[in-house]
Amino acid sequence: MPSVCFYFQVHQPFRLRHYTVFDDSYRYFDEKKNAFICRKVANKCYLPANRLLLKTINQYGGKFRISYSITGVMLEQIHEYAPEVMSTFDALAQTGCVEFLAETYYHSLSFLYSRNEFIEQVNKHIETIQQFFGQRPRVFRNTELIYNNELAYTIEQMGIFDAILSEGADHILGGRSPNFVYRPVNTEKIKLLLKNYSLSDDIAFRFSNRNWSEWPLTADKFARWISRYNGNGQVVNLFMDYETLGEHQWEDTGIFDFIRHLPGEILKHPDNDFKTPSEVIAAYEPVDTVDVPHIVSWADIERDLSAWLGNAMQSNAIHELYRLENRVKQSCDSNIVDDWRKLQISDHFYYMCTKYFADGDVHKYFNPYDSPYESYINFMNVLNNLDNRCAHATGRPALSDPDGQVAGELQTAN
Amino acid sequence: MKVFMLGWEFPPFISGGLGTACYGLTKAMSNLGAEIVFVLPTMLEGEFASHVELLSPAQASRMSADGFGLPGLKNVMFRTVSSPLQAYSSPETYHHRVEQSTKQKQAGSRRNIVELTAGPMYYAGDIFAEVYRYADEVARMATNECFEVIHAHDWMTFPAAIAVKQTSDKPLIVQIHSTEFDRSGEHVNQGIYDIEREGMHAADKVIAVSHLTKQIILSRYGVPAEKIDVVYNGVDQNGNGQLRSWETGISKDEKIVLFLGRVTMQKGPDYFLAAAKRVLEVIDNVKFVIAGTGDMVHRIIEMAAGLGIGHKVLFTGFLRGEDVEKVFRMADLYVMPSVSEPFGIAPLEALNHDVPVIISKQSGVAEVLKHVLKVDFWDVDEIANKIIAVLKYRPLHMTLREQGNFEVRKLRWEDAARRCVEIYNETLIPV
Repeated sequence: MPSVCFYFQVHQPFRLRHYTVFDDSYRYFDEKKNAFICRKVANKCYLPANRLLLKTINQYGGKFRISYSITGVMLEQIHEYAPEVMSTFDALAQTGCVEFLAETYYHSLSFLYSRNEFIEQVNKHIETIQQFFGQRPRVFRNTELIYNNELAYTIEQMGIFDAILSEGADHILGGRSPNFVYRPVNTEKIKLLLKNYSLSDDIAFRFSNRNWSEWPLTADKFARWISRYNGNGQVVNLFMDYETLGEHQWEDTGIFDFIRHLPGEILKHPDNDFKTPSEVIAAYEPVDTVDVPHIVSWADIERDLSAWLGNAMQSNAIHELYRLENRVKQSCDSNIVDDWRKLQISDHFYYMCTKYFADGDVHKYFNPYDSPYESYINFMNVLNNLDNRCAHATGRPALSDPDGQVAGELQTAN
Repeated sequence: MKVFMLGWEFPPFISGGLGTACYGLTKAMSNLGAEIVFVLPTMLEGEFASHVELLSPAQASRMSADGFGLPGLKNVMFRTVSSPLQAYSSPETYHHRVEQSTKQKQAGSRRNIVELTAGPMYYAGDIFAEVYRYADEVARMATNECFEVIHAHDWMTFPAAIAVKQTSDKPLIVQIHSTEFDRSGEHVNQGIYDIEREGMHAADKVIAVSHLTKQIILSRYGVPAEKIDVVYNGVDQNGNGQLRSWETGISKDEKIVLFLGRVTMQKGPDYFLAAAKRVLEVIDNVKFVIAGTGDMVHRIIEMAAGLGIGHKVLFTGFLRGEDVEKVFRMADLYVMPSVSEPFGIAPLEALNHDVPVIISKQSGVAEVLKHVLKVDFWDVDEIANKIIAVLKYRPLHMTLREQGNFEVRKLRWEDAARRCVEIYNETLIPV
C-alpha cells in the first residue's frame, strides 16, 4: 500500500456550427471544426500518450495499470476522424492492464433531468465499450464526476456496477482522507472511489506552473509524495482529463518524460503498486460511509454545478432541451433522437458559463464561441429547429413560438 | 496641476460623445484637484452662459468678466471665444451654420440651433480660415493664463493648441476621440487630415480612446508608438434610475430596438435598417427607434419606406438630457452598428440604464466590454439573428443586462482622469 489508481477522461464534444434564426438545415454540427480539433488533439495527446502508456505497460510486465473513460461521442469522432487512435486504444485494451469505465454515452447531465434517458445513455455506452474493447464496464463515473447519494442509489439499483468514482471534495469527506475506499450512504454493495484532488491537480494543473513552489515536478519527487501514504492510505486516486498529457501540458513541459519515469519511481517502494478501479475495490473494503446529499463535481474551485447551470441562460437552455424529450422520442426518427442527444453534451452548457468569462479561463479550452451569449443564441436556434422537426414528425405544433410572436413569457428561466 | 484645456462642446450643448467625454473627464479631474481652464468656442457672445443659466438658475454660476464656472465643477473655469465652429463640423456644415445664424439674427432670434447636420465632405475654405483665426484668439487669451500643460480634444482645437504651445512653451497633450478616417472612411478631407497630423506630431503625448484608434494613429498618421497612450472613456453613474414613469406612447407588448447616434455613414444607420427588415421577417411585435440626426436622415427615412417597414421605424430627431434617459428606459435593446467607432460612449450609457447592447466589432468600446453581443457591422443577418435572440429569450436579456450593468461600473471617469494626470506628469519630467 498504497495503490496508485490512474483514471483518464477522454472526451471531445460535437461542437455546433454557426446557426442563425434564418437557418433551416438539419445539419447542426461543425464537422470540419470537430474533425480538425479531433485530429489536432490526437496528434498532440491521444496518439503519443497511448503509445507511451502502451510501451510502459509492456515494459513493466503488467505492473503498470491504468483506466479510461472514453465517451461515446468521442469514440464516434475517433472512429470517423482519427481511426489510428482507435487501434492504439484497442492495443491498450489487449494488454489486460487497462480498464474501461462506464458513463453516459453523450457526456450529458441527464442524471439531473431524466432518469430514463440517463439509464438509456449508460446502457448505450456499455454496449459501445463492449463492442470496441471487449470489456463490460463494472465501474461508473458520471459526467464531470457529478455525484450525490441519489446517483449512488440509482447506480446500485441498476445492478451492474461495483463502484462509482467521484471528487474527493473536502466538504464531503469532513476531514477524512480520500485515500480509502468508502461506501455511499444507503447502499449495500456499491463502493466509492474519491479523487485525491491535490495530487491529481499537481499533475493536471500545476505541472508546468513555474510560479509553483514545487516546480519542476519530477517523477521521483511525486513518488515520494505517494509513498508518504504508506500505512495511512489504501489507494491514491489520480483522476484527470487525458488531454493533460500533451494538450493541457504541452510536450515541452516534460509531461511525457514524467509519465515515462513515474511507474519505475513508484514501484521502487516495494509496498506500492498500480491498480485499476475494479482491482482497488476487490482488494479493499470500505472504511466508512460518505453522505453526499448535495451535488458535487470536479469543476472549478466551487466543485458544484455552477459551470453548467450557474446562470439563467444555462438553466433555460437545458430545461427547454429536456422538455422536448417526449416529443423527440415520439417522433420515432432516429436522426432526431440522435441530434437531440448530441445537444445534451454538457460542453454546450459549459460554453454558456459567465462565471470566469471576464477573466478568460479554462472555459476557453477549444471553445468555439466568442462569448457565452453567442453560445446560448446558437444553441437555442438549433433547439428551435429541432422542435419544428418534431412538430413535423409528430404532427403536433412546436412547443416554441409557432406564430412568430416574441414568446418572452414562455421562456423564463426555470 | 493646472491644465489649459481646449474642447469643442460641453453639456448641455452636445451633438455627440465628445461633449460627454469632455464633461466626464473634466469633472473627474476637477475632483482629483486639478485646476482646469476650459476654452470653448461659442456661436454668439454670451450664448453659452445663458444656457447655463437655463440649467441652473438658482446657483447663478460663478460669472466674471472673463469666464464662468459651473456647479459641480469646482476647479474648472470656462473661457469662451466667439466662433461659429462646432464639434463634428465639416467645411459644408460650417458654411451652412454661418448662413443659418445670419438668418436667425436677421429674424431677431437669439436662440441658437445646436442640432447638427453633417454634410458631404468637400473643401469649402472658410472653416480652415476660421480655425486659424480662432487659434490666434485663443493664443492671445492664453498669455493671461497660468497653466502647466495644454490638453486639446480633436482636430479643430489643434491649431489653437499648437499656437498656445509655441507662445507658452508648455507640453501639449492631444486626445484623439475620432479621426478623419473614422468619420469619412477613405474619402478623407485632406485639410482636416493635415491638421490632425500636425497636431499629433506637435504634441508631446497623444491620447487615443482605444487601441483601435491607436492603430489608426500609428498606421495613418505615422506617430511613434511610444508617444501614444490609450485611455478609455468612462461613464457617469449617477442621475438615473429614479424616474420610472412610462410615457412612451408605444404599447407595452411591443419591443423597442434603439439606434442612438448621429445618422451618418460612420454610425451605420443603413445596416440598422437592413437588420430591422430581417428581424421583421421573423417577429412582428417590435419597433425600431432611430434617435439622432445627421446628413443621412432623409436617405434613411426613404430607405425605411423602400423596405416596406416605414410603419415599424420611428425617428425621434436629436435627443438630449431627460429625453435620452426616457428613450433608454423605453428600449429593450440598443444596437450600435458603427462602421468605425473610435470608442462609443453610448453603449456604456445604455448598459448604465439596464439596456443590453449589440455593438460593432469595429469599435473601441468592444475592447473593454465583454458582456455584450458583438457583430461585424456589415453582417446584417447576424445583427438580426442577435436582435431576435435578445427579444425572444428573456434569460439572455436578463443575463446580458445584469452582467453588463455590473461590468460597466468598472469603467469610471475617475480612472481615466487619473491616467491623464499621470500622462501630464510624464511630460513634465525634464529629459
